[in-house]
Amino acid sequence: MAVKVRIPTPLRKLTNGADEVAAEGANINEIINNLEKSYPGLKERICEPDGKLRRFVNLYLNDEDIRFKENMETRLKDNDEVSIIPAIAGGR
Amino acid sequence: MDFTEEQIERYSRHIILPEVGGRGQAKLLKSRVFVLGAGGLGSPALLYLAAAGVGTIGVADADCVDLSNLQRQIIHNNTRVGMPKVASAAKTINELNPDVKVVQYNERLHVDNIRRIIRDYDVVLDGSDNFPTRFLMNDASFFEHKTLVSGSMFRFDGQVAVFKSDKGLPCYRCLYPEPPPKGLVPSCQEAGVLGALAGVIGVLQAVETVKEIIGIGDSLAGHLLIFDALKMQFRKVKVRKDPECALCGAHPTITELKEYEQEACELRS
Repeated sequence: MAVKVRIPTPLRKLTNGADEVAAEGANINEIINNLEKSYPGLKERICEPDGKLRRFVNLYLNDEDIRFKENMETRLKDNDEVSIIPAIAGGR
Repeated sequence: MDFTEEQIERYSRHIILPEVGGRGQAKLLKSRVFVLGAGGLGSPALLYLAAAGVGTIGVADADCVDLSNLQRQIIHNNTRVGMPKVASAAKTINELNPDVKVVQYNERLHVDNIRRIIRDYDVVLDGSDNFPTRFLMNDASFFEHKTLVSGSMFRFDGQVAVFKSDKGLPCYRCLYPEPPPKGLVPSCQEAGVLGALAGVIGVLQAVETVKEIIGIGDSLAGHLLIFDALKMQFRKVKVRKDPECALCGAHPTITELKEYEQEACELRS
């Protein structure tokens, strides 16, 4: 499956500034592993060493949080949109 | 509630709206809103809440106005540099709208004072600048059954969410269970922030607060609104209630307030 992945500002330095990249994979896990091949360092910003999603980063498939679907096993369709949304704390 | 002639004129653009009317305006005048932080987000939010005639506004901030704040903290000005932010904010608000009573908290919020402070308010706004305070504010709002209107920003990105855990809707921890470890996420001070972005996000917080008080429209609760200023794009994603949430889930492990370590930039001065 070919999906579009939205990259948040803090991670764009790993994607050469791209705010959107294409990725291949049947589920979220495969997408993340394929992204890591193209953009080394991306996976560790999103996942814990054991491969689980970090607790202050969310992945959305279209407008649904994957934690409330099949998590990293959530299956994808062509043209799905995956967004990486980290918690941000600035306010001042 | 009887309005004075001056109030009828001041709030005429509200009163003329069928969705607000005299009843809605009276609700605003009787309402009590707490704003955490008189900074980038707090400044625009406070200004619009004051202009709208929110009767009592509590504002907490332990800092003084610094020249580097004025690029975005529009409730302050050049003559206020060095003045406590809460005093500066109160002065601006009083000059804007004498109907508003401002309660100043020139102190940091922590486990021992936050519940007592927010207890007196109907709605609480988070415009703080670090994760420990955001989790503290969320947990305190949950324990005190308050609606929390949260805003945050980073460089060119903003996020807005409304948490009504007292209505069985998700809390901040359902969205983000734990803060990032220290040092992994840079603070605004280290990373910079587009000044006008603070206006966008803070004003959205004010809009949600006013709707909440009057009881109109669809609340943002259950969603996260994401703004990308560079792409000029708003997106709304769903926030689900996490049945395993450590705070508001079926088997909570957080049963009292806990304090996370403050980030380095918070220790200055």
